[in-house]
Amino acid sequence: MAFKDFIFRKSLWLFHFGGASCNNCDIEILDCLTPRYDVERFGMLLVGSIRHADVLLVNGSINHKDKERLLELYRQAPKPILVVAIGACGCTGGIFAGGYPFAGPVDQIIPVDAYIPGCPPKPEAILSGIVQLIEKKKTEKAHA
Amino acid sequence: MSNTKIIPVGPYHPLQEEPELFKLYCEGEIVKDIKWETGYNHRGIEKLAESKTFDQVFFLVERICGICSTSHPFAFANAMEEIAGVDIPNRAKYIRSIIGELERIHSHLLWVGLAGHFLGYNTVFMWAWKYREPILDLFEMITGNRNSYAMFKVGGVRRDIPMALIPEVRKAMDGFKPKLDLLIGAVMDDPVIHARTKGVGVLTHQDIIQFAAVGPTARASGVDIDVRRDDPYAAYDMVDWKVIVTGEGDVFAKAYVRLLEMVESVSIIEQCLDGLEKEPEGDTEVKVKNIPEGMGTGRAEAPRGEVFHFVVTDGGYGPVRHKIRAPSYVNIATFKKSCIGQTISDATISLAAVDPCYCCTERMAVAVDQRTGNMLYSGEDLLKLSHMKTEEIRKKQ
Amino acid sequence: MLDTNTFIASTRQKFGPSILNVEVKSETRATLSIEPKVLLNISNFLYSYLNFRFIIASAMHTRRGFEIYYHFSNDPAGLVLNLHVVLPEDKPEIESLANTFDGANWIEREMHELFGITFLNHPEPEPLLSEGNWALGVYPYRKDGKELKKE
Repeated sequence: MAFKDFIFRKSLWLFHFGGASCNNCDIEILDCLTPRYDVERFGMLLVGSIRHADVLLVNGSINHKDKERLLELYRQAPKPILVVAIGACGCTGGIFAGGYPFAGPVDQIIPVDAYIPGCPPKPEAILSGIVQLIEKKKTEKAHA
Repeated sequence: MSNTKIIPVGPYHPLQEEPELFKLYCEGEIVKDIKWETGYNHRGIEKLAESKTFDQVFFLVERICGICSTSHPFAFANAMEEIAGVDIPNRAKYIRSIIGELERIHSHLLWVGLAGHFLGYNTVFMWAWKYREPILDLFEMITGNRNSYAMFKVGGVRRDIPMALIPEVRKAMDGFKPKLDLLIGAVMDDPVIHARTKGVGVLTHQDIIQFAAVGPTARASGVDIDVRRDDPYAAYDMVDWKVIVTGEGDVFAKAYVRLLEMVESVSIIEQCLDGLEKEPEGDTEVKVKNIPEGMGTGRAEAPRGEVFHFVVTDGGYGPVRHKIRAPSYVNIATFKKSCIGQTISDATISLAAVDPCYCCTERMAVAVDQRTGNMLYSGEDLLKLSHMKTEEIRKKQ
Repeated sequence: MLDTNTFIASTRQKFGPSILNVEVKSETRATLSIEPKVLLNISNFLYSYLNFRFIIASAMHTRRGFEIYYHFSNDPAGLVLNLHVVLPEDKPEIESLANTFDGANWIEREMHELFGITFLNHPEPEPLLSEGNWALGVYPYRKDGKELKKE
């Protein structure tokens, strides 16, 4: 197993990018940190800088101003990085897809590794999505 | 200006769940000027609303903001019912008020938690959010979702609260009351919170009038306004409650107003449940067939203040113009008064004190400042500064 | 306590000829259509003497040009009073209210970006939302001829 794959096995550090969202997904992501869900028991930590992160969580529809920021963030991120699109807006643009500032769903801007749909997805769904992503990475590497 | 440093807070800041960029212009520790940059959250909702039918607009306005996701449909329903000239059944009124007040409780708990976090006092954050979970469970039980409840429609509500569920709601409220008392006691008597919030970020009565601020921000500065009482809607004139007003205008006063409002909300919910028991089950809406041409103004008191919707119709299936004013739109602007002259570590809590909701405001980084010579702090440094100040205060006491 | 009719009567007494139309919809909702040139004076009168609070302004693009509703609220009376002005489509200009109360600062900048209405003597005429999202001189809330004909 290569070293790069090894780092994805445990203690993922997350960076949260909120696009033009309605805030529900942001709140549910924060909710994952609090006592009932307690994401830190998996070694996951919400960090303040993309340069420390293993996973980039993106939620909300992306408008033109956010698009520049998202690309900038993706450039700054240490590679390899996993990108997770959260919520209906993150996956497709959702209800805001018809608006004039809309710049495309996340996967048309940067490559996305996992999608967690829902409006908003429950914290359980977010946790399960990220855990499934880790599992997938493990098996992918085992087969390769 | 040579020793002025720019400290960006945001746009992607670990403390703020939403994208927003505040630039603090500081000399030493003191904030001299403040600018904010928006547009990260603009979605063009007012334009989108013009392309939707009245029923669809409810789902759209609900997604203006996830935290106050009932206030916007509430105000929109009020506006539509003014145009259509209908009066909704009492049972629907009670249900609307219950949802509105539950939302106020969950939103205020969320704010108390985040305010604790901004102070570098994470214990409050964890406890407040722990107590918030049973409220969200209650929402899931009543409406089917933790957030974005889709309960409202023109002429009533989409789902009834069945009689069998009422004891469950009462039980949840009874379980919540001692926790709320505990939280109020813990926040109000904590010497560290006193030291960090009293006299910080003061907004005077005149500032509030000048900036047209609303909600708990205004009520903490002695401006006695509350749409629920001044322009009653839903069941608020059928139950007994009082408006919490205090005069200091600092961050502590805002916390005080919000905490005591939760007590009022619990009381309103209980009275609404009493009323609900007297009304026949299933009588939750009047059928509204056509919306005539006209214009309507709908107001509702969101957890953050007055939500204002102005709808113009032409007799068709959707609005011709739909203007939305969320409370944070006027409240955030007060940072010009509350932050300047503060130290950096106090500025963050002053910014947070109005419970800013940028999603509401804009509908409509890792900020790397390219200009050379400017010193940049990251969000973590700010949190560290805040921790350091709290430690200093602890030692003094 | 003062009620809607007293407010309207006192405003009428002061600005009589400039008030084009009065529509009282209910006890707590009223609209005054006024000439654009007296907007500053009337809103100053409402704000300073009758203790109205500025809520927001809504602009619309219609066949008559650009219409703006300025919403004011008198909280003790529960009244929402709208001031309605119509601006010509070819030259939409009106005096800014932001010098009277700061609450009007952002909405005027927003209306300028969305509709292209010019606010004269605005203290801080910088872009609010559009920077990075759409180009200067593009006004996304304006309607084209086809949309206007439908109404």
